[in-house]
Amino acid sequence: MSALRPPFADRNFKYLMIVPAVTTILLVGLFPVIYTLILSFQNVDMMFEDTSFSGGKHYAALVSDARFWESLLHTLIFLVVALPAELILGLALAWLFLDRMPGRQVFVALLVLPVTISPIVAGATWRLLFDNRFGPINQILGWFSDEPVTILWTVDPFYVYPAILAAEVWQWTPFMFLLLLAALSNVDRSQIEAAEIDGAGFWRRFTKVVLPAIWPVMAIAILIRALDLFRLFDVIWALTRGGPGTRTETFSIYAYILGFQQFETSYTAAMSFVVILLLVISITIVLRRMEIDR
Amino acid sequence: MIRPDRGLGLALRYVAAVAATLIFIFPIYWLFMISFKTPDEIFASPPVWWPESIQFANYGVLFKDGDVLTIWNSVVIASVSTLLAMVLGTMCAYSIARYRTGGNFFSDWLLSNRMVPPIVIVFPVFLLFVKVGLVDSYAGLILLYTAFNLPYVVWMMRGYIQDIPLELEESALVDGCTRWQVFIKVVLPMARSGFFATAVFTFVFAWNEFIFALVLTRAEVTTFPVQVTHYFGGQSNFWAKIAAMSVLGTVPIFIAVTLLQRYLVRGISLGAVKG
Repeated sequence: MSALRPPFADRNFKYLMIVPAVTTILLVGLFPVIYTLILSFQNVDMMFEDTSFSGGKHYAALVSDARFWESLLHTLIFLVVALPAELILGLALAWLFLDRMPGRQVFVALLVLPVTISPIVAGATWRLLFDNRFGPINQILGWFSDEPVTILWTVDPFYVYPAILAAEVWQWTPFMFLLLLAALSNVDRSQIEAAEIDGAGFWRRFTKVVLPAIWPVMAIAILIRALDLFRLFDVIWALTRGGPGTRTETFSIYAYILGFQQFETSYTAAMSFVVILLLVISITIVLRRMEIDR
Repeated sequence: MIRPDRGLGLALRYVAAVAATLIFIFPIYWLFMISFKTPDEIFASPPVWWPESIQFANYGVLFKDGDVLTIWNSVVIASVSTLLAMVLGTMCAYSIARYRTGGNFFSDWLLSNRMVPPIVIVFPVFLLFVKVGLVDSYAGLILLYTAFNLPYVVWMMRGYIQDIPLELEESALVDGCTRWQVFIKVVLPMARSGFFATAVFTFVFAWNEFIFALVLTRAEVTTFPVQVTHYFGGQSNFWAKIAAMSVLGTVPIFIAVTLLQRYLVRGISLGAVKG
């Protein structure tokens, strides 16, 4: 048996097994990045497919494009408000449901539903809820006010951020909740009891015993949500399409408008590439800081 | 963390639990109710919280106008892309799990593909698809969803395969099975439950996805989330249609996810929590 060479398929088995997957991912993972880079140094737009070298023209234009930097700022605002809100609310909910109570499984099953909905449907739902005349939110607020409340949630520049954030936090808090509930359930209770006997107060028990134990899961949850919030598109598209004006335009929405409504092909490519770079740099830094084990 | 299990503490926790659940469920309740309301009830001010009667006229319109075809498009695209991603991804995962193919660099690179914002990917892909005629075709979206889901499938299936004891595969090899036969006859049956759990999450992603579908479909293969946004008008929103279409696209997911409660945490946390 050993004198015979095993057949080709067996010798190269491990490589043959990854070829189909890798080919597909290269087509949709690596090709876009390279093509984006090439396009960004050309002069392609709606009118002309001018593939001559444009130098760093588009990158230079990007630096002075206030709308681009504002869209990054808007993205950042959503990120720094929604992420802690989801984390804290999720943690509070996980805490609430940690111990047994009658019907706990039913509660958890219901709470998880928002995560599974298409973000477009979530956005549409909140658009109905926030409607100034026919939605229940102004109605409920009216119960606590002397006069009828008629806030134009998706139009008013002041209220549009709370509206989008409400939809976003509503949909993804259960995600945090689910992961943190699983992590908290795995914490060794005897350690907490020991800390309590040693006289550690609630806050000390939480930061010294519970938090280190749930951190690996929490770090992954934060990372997943941060990446999702960075690409925020669907919910805003359903609620405001970036409006009023460009007030709630995230990077993804600006790139969509530039690329698919104004057909500034090369300029959009330059912008995409800058964002990929920013993303790679920040992920590298964050991963180092978080020290997530594989 | 240590709390009395009965008495006032439990009662307070119970009240808080019911309140929190009601708040999170209310938007879904509202969406479903609008889909059952008559136009008069939808456009009543103050709003009606409970319709006079449950009627299905809003759904009837969607069936009559053929709008439900977009649900069918979603079924085709999500199913085929899920099947492809699962087959290719599980093969790749097996190679990584058992032969460490490509080392850590390869698995990290695979996962990093999932981190690029979709808008960045879809832009050059759109230009490519225009050239090769894949815009507004089943094949185009299926290809894109397959590729986008692959890193997730590989990551999850690698975890499930690593949980399988190695001895069975070794003895199958000794018995004269080829490596491919070992994969098909030993590994796949053992990884069955993880396989189906991963498949459902892959399906849910493709089902709910919006940006790719918005860019790459026109009229022929519009998926249901894109169809929902078509009802947003400048002047009047077709609320009844928005709600009914949303419900049609949401119920199948609710059923699937409820059946898979057991795998939920592991599935959405990239396996960070073994459930």
